Amino acid sequence: MRAPGTELPICLSDVTVETHGVTILDRITLALGSGPPTVLIGPNGSGKTTLLRIAMGLILPSAGTVTWGGRESVAPVRRAIVFQHPVMLRRTAAENLRYALKVSGRLPRKMYDSRIAELLSLVGLSEFGDRPARTMSGGEKRRLALARALAGDPAVLFLDEPSASLDPAAAKVVEDVIRTVAARNIKVVMSTHDLGSARRLAGDIIFMHRGRVVETGAASTFFNEPHSDEAKIFIRGDLLV
Amino acid sequence: MEPTVSAFQLLLAGDPALLAVVRLSLIVSMSAVGVATLIGVPVGASLALTHFPGRTVVVVVFNALMGLPPVVAGLAVFLLLSRSGPLGSLGLLFTPPAMVCAQVVLVTPIIAALTRQTIEDLWEEYCDELTAMNVGMVRRVGTLIWDGRFSLITIVLAGFGRAAAEVGAIIIVGGNIEGFTRTMTTAIALETSKGDLPLAIGLGVILIAIVVLVNALAWTVGRAAQRYAG
Repeated sequence: MRAPGTELPICLSDVTVETHGVTILDRITLALGSGPPTVLIGPNGSGKTTLLRIAMGLILPSAGTVTWGGRESVAPVRRAIVFQHPVMLRRTAAENLRYALKVSGRLPRKMYDSRIAELLSLVGLSEFGDRPARTMSGGEKRRLALARALAGDPAVLFLDEPSASLDPAAAKVVEDVIRTVAARNIKVVMSTHDLGSARRLAGDIIFMHRGRVVETGAASTFFNEPHSDEAKIFIRGDLLV
Repeated sequence: MEPTVSAFQLLLAGDPALLAVVRLSLIVSMSAVGVATLIGVPVGASLALTHFPGRTVVVVVFNALMGLPPVVAGLAVFLLLSRSGPLGSLGLLFTPPAMVCAQVVLVTPIIAALTRQTIEDLWEEYCDELTAMNVGMVRRVGTLIWDGRFSLITIVLAGFGRAAAEVGAIIIVGGNIEGFTRTMTTAIALETSKGDLPLAIGLGVILIAIVVLVNALAWTVGRAAQRYAG
């Protein structure tokens, strides 16, 4: 078990993001603390990915503040993100992980090989170490990206639609890895518009619509007793416009 | 056909004069491309990843210098290396190193400008991942150069093509001295002016054959490596 480090809580205070006059996030205030996975749900275009990027520190808000462990400017040393379409370096799967280990600098070089084997095993890619990463399938790439994100020993792991476009078997592998990661006291914050995935993985839910946080709370409460009309419509599976 | 066959017969027979010309051509061009690569790739990659006032002007200048007339480059290097020039004391004028200098001036902008474009495109793809991994500037440049290596090989080959085919600059700073600074291109120019067209044509064919061979080798090695790296 690890200490979550100084990254948590991640606090967004009145955060607004605007691009070319369009408001992507609208005065978001929330706190992400340690605990079970927090899942951002909402229809496409609701601002989930942008919220993940803001919380990761990849983009700056147009207004408002973001703090990590109470500090405004913290390099993403203990934070990692897996994008919906991860980009693999032009190397083998094992070399992609070696690169991440080198960048993080958290492990002595002599331990790289064993750590790479451990990470590949965690995501079910033990046999794929020598495979050129860019020739792997979408699901394999997603799992390799998960392993690469974990190479830096993060305290917080952001996942953008981790099981989108995957077949059920591949989605199950990814969800199993997420459970394993969460059990190791790594804070998982993920976005999805797949309600089934959210039900299976979420401890807390942040429900978004049109760039605003509409509802937050424990997953069981959200799914059984949603407060807002938007959440009720979304859970029913009706189109939320 | 006959002059070409004669030229290859001279080459295969190990004609010392012809071999010396071919060897010097390769040494000068490859040295120039080597130096230009060492300068141009890091400069181009850094230019791709940095933003500073006047960057656009620098990019435009590098792009424009890709079309630098060889005689102008030769003249500039001549003035630098001539006895009364700022580097005259080095005594390099009319020596192979002077020819290398002239070709470096010609090839470096090509490699730098094309590298800048290649790395910029690659950075667009890698930006999120490398930023999320908190990769520092120096490692970013190294990573992008390494991952763009197959495109960069093509760029270096373009530079080699320019250097190997070049005559204007090296004839000014080299002087086309037989047995000392005579290369294939300057020999072709000389033999053509003397009216010895068969030898000029033969040398031209050999020059083209060498350029094709170097490109074919680089392409084969590049493809094999690319298949491994994905």
